[in-house]
Amino acid sequence: MKGPGVVGYVDALYAHPGDEVTVRVSVLDPGRRYRAELVRLICGEALGLKEEIVASGVSGEHLGELQPVPIGSYAIVESLPPLGAVELSLLVWPTLPGRGVQSLVSLGGIHLFLDAAGAVTLASGGETVSTARPLRSRAWYGIEARYDPATGAASVKSTPIPGVHDDIAAEASGRFATPAKPEAPLLFAARRNENGTTVEHFNGKIEAPALRSGTVAAEWDFARGIGTTAIEDRSPLKLQGRTVNAPKRAVTGSRWDGSVHDWRRDPSHYAAIHFHSDDLYDCCWKPSLRFRLPADLRSGFYAVRLQAAGPPFHVGLIVSPKPGAARAKLAVLASTATYLAYANYRRRMLPGPFELSMGHLPTVDMTDVLLAEHSEYGSSTYDTHRDGFGVAHASTRRPLFNMRPTGRYWNFAMDLCLVDWLEAQGIAYDVISDHELQARGLELLAPYGAVMSVSHPEYYSLEMLQALEAYLGRGGRFMYMGGNGFYWRVSFDPAHPDMIKLRRAEDGTRAWAEQPGQYYHSTGEYGGLWRRIGRPPNTLVGIGFIAQGFDAGSYYRRTAASRDPRAAFIFKGIEDEIIGDFGSSGGGAAGLEIDCYDAALGSPPHALTVASSEKHSQAFLLVNEEMLSNTRGVDGTLNARVKADMVFFETRAGGAVFSTGSIAYVASLAHNGYRNNVSRLTRNVVERFLDPAPFTLPKPQGR
Amino acid sequence: MAATAIDPKRLDLAAEFRARPFGRHSPELQGLLDTMRRAENCQNLILVSISPGRWVLGERQPDFKPPRLFEDEVFDSLEAGEWAAFRRRWRALTGQELNLP
Repeated sequence: MKGPGVVGYVDALYAHPGDEVTVRVSVLDPGRRYRAELVRLICGEALGLKEEIVASGVSGEHLGELQPVPIGSYAIVESLPPLGAVELSLLVWPTLPGRGVQSLVSLGGIHLFLDAAGAVTLASGGETVSTARPLRSRAWYGIEARYDPATGAASVKSTPIPGVHDDIAAEASGRFATPAKPEAPLLFAARRNENGTTVEHFNGKIEAPALRSGTVAAEWDFARGIGTTAIEDRSPLKLQGRTVNAPKRAVTGSRWDGSVHDWRRDPSHYAAIHFHSDDLYDCCWKPSLRFRLPADLRSGFYAVRLQAAGPPFHVGLIVSPKPGAARAKLAVLASTATYLAYANYRRRMLPGPFELSMGHLPTVDMTDVLLAEHSEYGSSTYDTHRDGFGVAHASTRRPLFNMRPTGRYWNFAMDLCLVDWLEAQGIAYDVISDHELQARGLELLAPYGAVMSVSHPEYYSLEMLQALEAYLGRGGRFMYMGGNGFYWRVSFDPAHPDMIKLRRAEDGTRAWAEQPGQYYHSTGEYGGLWRRIGRPPNTLVGIGFIAQGFDAGSYYRRTAASRDPRAAFIFKGIEDEIIGDFGSSGGGAAGLEIDCYDAALGSPPHALTVASSEKHSQAFLLVNEEMLSNTRGVDGTLNARVKADMVFFETRAGGAVFSTGSIAYVASLAHNGYRNNVSRLTRNVVERFLDPAPFTLPKPQGR
Repeated sequence: MAATAIDPKRLDLAAEFRARPFGRHSPELQGLLDTMRRAENCQNLILVSISPGRWVLGERQPDFKPPRLFEDEVFDSLEAGEWAAFRRRWRALTGQELNLP
């Protein structure tokens, strides 16, 4: 009973036929041997795993190595002029003082840090000078340190910045017997050990570090360069540095007083960087496998399947057609941004009243247990850092434990239900991805007669939304095959191209709440729910998130509007009143996270709600953004708004939108050998949406 | 958290849960489940799939540690695992074994 003996990641989540793919592998199994295959994924484990081995250069046995992960963020200035006696100063806001040694500044043989008790300490070799007064968590302090290599004189001082605490200043001085040389590299928030590994990472904010030595008077202003990896020295010497592992910027600093909320208006209030010992942008593993995808490879969901002892580890990969190459008429838009937001989700393995919100025990497999054993692979945006602050960044440059056909029936694993159904129906399709949409915009969608989402396209950037809107604006047809879509804003930061950023601001069904004053992304975009930002999903797909529950699914009942001639094509050959009272996710097509029509949020007035779900359980609760204050009566047995609405509407440009409003919907497609009303209904919509005959807007009523 | 009261004579609620662990419950069973799931002394259970279709119970651990697995009993369905968790909690909160016919 063990997890995979090998893990890995690819350099990009999508590729085209003929592209070279680089896989970076770490072999945990002591034998260090593993097998690799390129596999096309057709169906996930929940319905019976279907994967096809594709002949490629990656196939075979390989000898690998265990690759370390340099987790923890810091900033570094690589070169400095020669230094003599040095004075260091900085502002700090520790978040885990007393939880191990945490480095503030390291400068060659000189090291300024919080000791295991949280007191400011200066060290050289084995000698230390410490204030012996632990800093308090989440309070700002001014820190000063001096060291003169000529005399060995050393001193440290911590001074609380006045605030709602009664801490006092503390200082200490001494003399180091063994001279040490202050020299580059200069690191903030970590120290490099003898073999070059960074250790003793700091948790908390650092602001305005300064170094004075002879003619050197460097002052790093972290308010400059927000949105980049640069840290800028204001002094004439311009001793520039960079951040590593994407510490959080655009965070409030010591001057922040609530008068500014957009960091661009007064960056001086945002002159801090929040470092975490568990920040991770890049594992920096050596390339292990390089191979070229076959030039004639069909588009689809793929994985590089790695296997040593234990179960395989799938490294998920979307293969889409080359730009300009022949395409199917239908595209499936894989929600790689959402996969990334959920990647390495640990919270369900931590203590807490999980079932009160989920309605069942948390479930994991041995691959998840392996993740729990390896905190160095980083966490998901549903987790918090060790200091309790939300994980706001998610990078692809690390093993991603959820882009696989096994494990939790969610996202990638559930989306394979759609692939399996398309295969069974013989419908030609391509698979494209959020990441390619971000890179190419409308150009990616334009060739397709219809585009189909997957089950849970929750995380969207502005550029992705604009591309979809533009596609619909030119007559495109969009099938929203899921629930809770287009919900959170994410940004793709040019400084970290393989990462999404997120601010869980203001409101919404949240795993954590962004800190006050930090609602703006480092890109300058206002974060949070698209609904709060003014682009509710209702305006795009006719419905928006209304409730969630994870114990059992329910069914849809057709409405009177389903008899409208405009909807006749949807129900062709379907006489049933009840749709989807079956399925492999909780026994019903309406389940997990569900959406409903709401004209007040911009659902088009002419949209037809052709079916609505009913009879949800107590585990289904109205989302909190629907409530101004707590109230009883919000569960599925009591609240009529707890329902998934299936909606159809035409667009002005001759296109149309069909929305299912339920994550669980796709898990019903395969029921009874694909012979069921969910399958028939979906096929009806696909066929009409691929028919180029334009849709026509209904005549407005009352005029 | 204050001790919570579960009436050990309400075997009818246990039978209701065993028959249908997921989905709509009677208000009384839902209240019992809420009580069980809030109780700190038996809150942190988890189901771990050790191979396809085989599950064991575990206990979630603090400080990002992996769950501790109870490998003495293997379940062939989520429903069976939920029932085992229910029985553990019944014992923890009532002091009595739960044995239904």
